[in-house]
Amino acid sequence: MADKKTGTEAVPTVIVDGVDIVYRVNGTGAGRGTATAALNRIIGGKKKAEKRAGVRTVHAVRNVSFTAYRGEAIGLIGTNGSGKSTLLKAVAGLLPVENGRIFTDGQPSLLGVNAALMNDLTGERNVRLGGLAMGMSREQVRDRYDEIVDFSGINEKGDFITLPMRTYSSGMAARLRFSIAAAKDHDVLLIDEALATGDRSFQKRSEARIRELRKHAGTVFLVSHSNKSIRDTCDRVLWLERGELRMDGPTDEVLKAYEVFTNPTKTEPKRAKAPLPS
Amino acid sequence: MSQALDTPPAPAPPPAAAHGTEDAAVLAARYGLSVSGARPPLPAYVRRLWQRRHFITAFATAKLTAQYSQAKLGQVWQVATPLLNAAVYYFIFGVLMDTKRDVPDYVPFLVTGVFVWTFTQSSVMAGTRAIAGSMGLVRALHFPRAALPVSYCLQQLQQLLFSMCALVVILLCFGVPPAMSWLLVIPVLLLQFTFNTGLALIMARVGAHTPDIAQLMPFLLRTWMYVSGVMWSLDHLVGDKGLPHIVTVLLQANPAAVYIDLMRFALIDTFTAGQLPTHVWAWALGWALLAGVGGFIYFWKAEETYGRG
Repeated sequence: MADKKTGTEAVPTVIVDGVDIVYRVNGTGAGRGTATAALNRIIGGKKKAEKRAGVRTVHAVRNVSFTAYRGEAIGLIGTNGSGKSTLLKAVAGLLPVENGRIFTDGQPSLLGVNAALMNDLTGERNVRLGGLAMGMSREQVRDRYDEIVDFSGINEKGDFITLPMRTYSSGMAARLRFSIAAAKDHDVLLIDEALATGDRSFQKRSEARIRELRKHAGTVFLVSHSNKSIRDTCDRVLWLERGELRMDGPTDEVLKAYEVFTNPTKTEPKRAKAPLPS
Repeated sequence: MSQALDTPPAPAPPPAAAHGTEDAAVLAARYGLSVSGARPPLPAYVRRLWQRRHFITAFATAKLTAQYSQAKLGQVWQVATPLLNAAVYYFIFGVLMDTKRDVPDYVPFLVTGVFVWTFTQSSVMAGTRAIAGSMGLVRALHFPRAALPVSYCLQQLQQLLFSMCALVVILLCFGVPPAMSWLLVIPVLLLQFTFNTGLALIMARVGAHTPDIAQLMPFLLRTWMYVSGVMWSLDHLVGDKGLPHIVTVLLQANPAAVYIDLMRFALIDTFTAGQLPTHVWAWALGWALLAGVGGFIYFWKAEETYGRG
């Protein structure tokens, strides 16, 4: 993944410009979720009431700006809840931004179809439904069907593809979900967390498939907690902390700083480790 | 733990990143980038929705089949449920209360009303939850969001078609003869489906921004049901009492009543054209167009905001 942007002008594919993302959560008025509190909210002033009993806002991403170029593989790192996945969803255009703008080349897509699948349907119908949900045509789904099923390896132990997905083990279901999601090529590919689930052999296969997808994609974003996979994959890293862009630079530099940042907090796991396993 | 074994050679540093609103917009314009998640213009939106038609139908059918997939009898319940429903109504109104005084063929009259009303009612309810209840899907995949309410309404239409099969059995059992007028069912269903979808699109937008509306809808819908003449003939209500003219017009123009009466007229031979309100087809078409087109545009206007939590 070392296609250098030698000489020629770098072509931007994603421009994120001063973006804020705010979640509004209903019904979380701490301890005030009673009926009277709700009544107060209806009667009382709107603004005051929003704070008192109803809506809480969570500022997940604060004023983040960066530009991604064609051929780049960009890692997103940061501790849990730092806004990585939220930012990714906004780049994909799935989550409206509060302030700022995000410009993209074509339609970036998140790798994943979990939400479109239904547990009560057979694996077979889920493959078709998932393919259509990702925007494939009926013909494309038909052409890729065997490939998807073979890749998932669902039928290795018998004819399981004709059984409802609720009967699958969690590993089998994850394999099928990944196989469906990875069946489509994307311009700007967004990968969230460890998608490579399942047993060792499937992990290897899915890693290879992600590499392949990356080759076809113009720009790749990868959210991961594994520094190793970030190192293997990305040549540039964005470090988000509490929704703010803390660092943006070459992988080694940012990861080094990130490791320094996370190490002091490693005293916590030590404390947690204290009770010895019996 | 710096294991920089497979690290690729350091890439060339990215060119000076664009900062500031002006720069970003100019840069984006130069390379033809578009705002992510922006609302497409109406014609493009319609085109994209049409491209997703196979997803819409597949999603509707999937929802419908998933409904009974745990039951031992499976899809038999698609027809059995409306039949049982009708049996309950027959038991209460046909046997216990013996309501035959006002309306001839009361049981077919009632069951037709109930099925047609249920189609509108469940479409509106499904529409209200279409976006709010599918947040996972909305936040994971790209598609014109109108696909969801439309798909839910299509599911209800499929459900109604099963109910219509049951209805035919009931009609024949109660000695209603098959007639050419049964063919009128098709245009009536098309118009009602358009009306329902439009209404569902409106409710989907409202429900996406104010989920509380889902709690309110059952009461509104029940009120609507009682003024729509599902269980009695509006004809008698309007004819007997000295109601103000405006109330009569409103009762007769009520879209649910219009579609229910048209369906009765199509199916039941003793329900004659004389019982239909004046200009009934014009009302049916007008409501369908108004709700269908208006609802679609109203929903599209907020396209980019669905998914905000």
